Amino acid sequence: MKRALRYIIFYAGLFGLWTLLAELKIWPPYLFPTPWGVAESLYAGFVDHTYWIAIRVSMQRVLIGYGISVLLGMILGLGVASNKFLEETMGGLLVSLQSLPSICWWPLALLWFGLNQNAILFVVVMGSLLSVTLAMEDGRKQMPKIFGQAGRNLGAKGFKLFWYVLLPASLPFIVSGLKQGWAFAWRSLITAEMLYLSLGLGQVLMMGRDLNDMSAVLAVMLLIIALGYIVDGVVFKGMERHLQNKWGLAPAN
Amino acid sequence: MSTQSVPRQFPIAVGSSTRPQPGPIALDQPRPAASVEFPKVSLNEICLGYRAQSGERLIALDHINLEVRAGEFLCIVGPSGCGKSTLLHLIAGLNSQTSGQILVDGNPIQGPGTDRILIFQDHGLFPWLTVGQNVEFGMKMKGVPKAERREKTQHYLRLVHLGKFENSYIHQLSGGMRQRVAIARALATEPDVLLMDEPFASLDAQTRDLLHDELERIWSQTGRTIIFVTHNVREAVRLGDRVVLLTFRPGRVKNEFPVELPRPRSLEDPTVALAARAVLDELRDEINRSLDAEYSAGVKPHIQPGVSA
Repeated sequence: MKRALRYIIFYAGLFGLWTLLAELKIWPPYLFPTPWGVAESLYAGFVDHTYWIAIRVSMQRVLIGYGISVLLGMILGLGVASNKFLEETMGGLLVSLQSLPSICWWPLALLWFGLNQNAILFVVVMGSLLSVTLAMEDGRKQMPKIFGQAGRNLGAKGFKLFWYVLLPASLPFIVSGLKQGWAFAWRSLITAEMLYLSLGLGQVLMMGRDLNDMSAVLAVMLLIIALGYIVDGVVFKGMERHLQNKWGLAPAN
Repeated sequence: MSTQSVPRQFPIAVGSSTRPQPGPIALDQPRPAASVEFPKVSLNEICLGYRAQSGERLIALDHINLEVRAGEFLCIVGPSGCGKSTLLHLIAGLNSQTSGQILVDGNPIQGPGTDRILIFQDHGLFPWLTVGQNVEFGMKMKGVPKAERREKTQHYLRLVHLGKFENSYIHQLSGGMRQRVAIARALATEPDVLLMDEPFASLDAQTRDLLHDELERIWSQTGRTIIFVTHNVREAVRLGDRVVLLTFRPGRVKNEFPVELPRPRSLEDPTVALAARAVLDELRDEINRSLDAEYSAGVKPHIQPGVSA
């Protein structure tokens, strides 16, 4: 109850400060919009379906891109974790590649795929693949050996061993990496969409700038934050809670 | 037995042997009678070497020869570091020996097989599955139909007195219950041989006593062959038809002690204590050798003769 009260006080204060600054009219409204202006933009954007379409397109892209990352990342991570040669060579490369912002792949993606959806997907995959791979590698190493032994002992081998034993056994150790991969995928997507007119939230954001409509820009920014937060709070938090219940682990915080 | 003297064998016999006859229970396929030609498990000249971190080549197991009869309850004791757990992992097919052969029913083993199931000290149950799903796991891997899996899962859970816990998760169970689930999970794949790696070592004394009784009952009901590794001599004599003593590093068979005490036994039986004393007298040298190795620089707490098990 106290926590909820603190939240309310904090956000009410923030909102009040914003309203005050906007009402003082220090800056022109097209540079510093009022909260009502942003709310109007949000409403208008949903009513004329612009935001619905943008959300759908962006979510679709990020799901496909992130899905590819998870699949490839799991195979790569498992490979790196179980092969000494790969670990020594590729392990270092993966870590160093992580310092490269994913949007640096954009010129390369344009030349390879042309100015289309695939170029965007490529950037999304490059943005999140490394996190997932490193998380999987780490998870595979942290996972107690006994699970693999017990699985083989009970007759699991090959794909069955991976699917029924190694993967579920390493999930608690890779869930934070999966979450990080999601955050990277989402950021990479918005960045790439801003560079290329292609529907999607990134494009709507840039459109607001082009029209000098700061209310629209802020409205879309709020949307991007909200979507990222919802996926994190619902999907990943739910997954973590589910794992904690099954494994009997103490909550992370 | 290349470098070892031939082990002396002296039976520990008090009273008549009233070992319960293995009788098949409803869901178990009847076990064929022990083959005359082949023991259930035989270890021929098993050697295992490994390279230590220093690069030195060390020998963990040195020419182990052992034969286990079908339906026998064999206990292996030795100081920690004698390679007794390693030996079980070899029989389970989870690791391979450097040289020598492991035969089951006269056939060399090829990797892990569900005819030999290992029960780990830390139970190794899968925390992401329920108790029932854990017990089902081996059957699922084998492709046993779902209805049959269900029925057998219930059967084996009842056998270990956990019929009501099918839908619980592992972390909700006590240590003793977890080990009983591990036993049910092992039995559910209907192995010929149960390999038990200090399964009760981390349990409290009361729970362990209870599980000794249950294991003895399950063994007599199912007629499985059991190879049971422990560092606790009393436990070995309490449970085994025969106790094999391994030496400290490298592990060799030092001696074998047939235990011909009437069943059911109890840890507190004076006869069990007496029999354990005979094994312990020989084990003591090995423990002191292991202590020498551990405390090679410093004070050595030697175990004096006459200290009870």
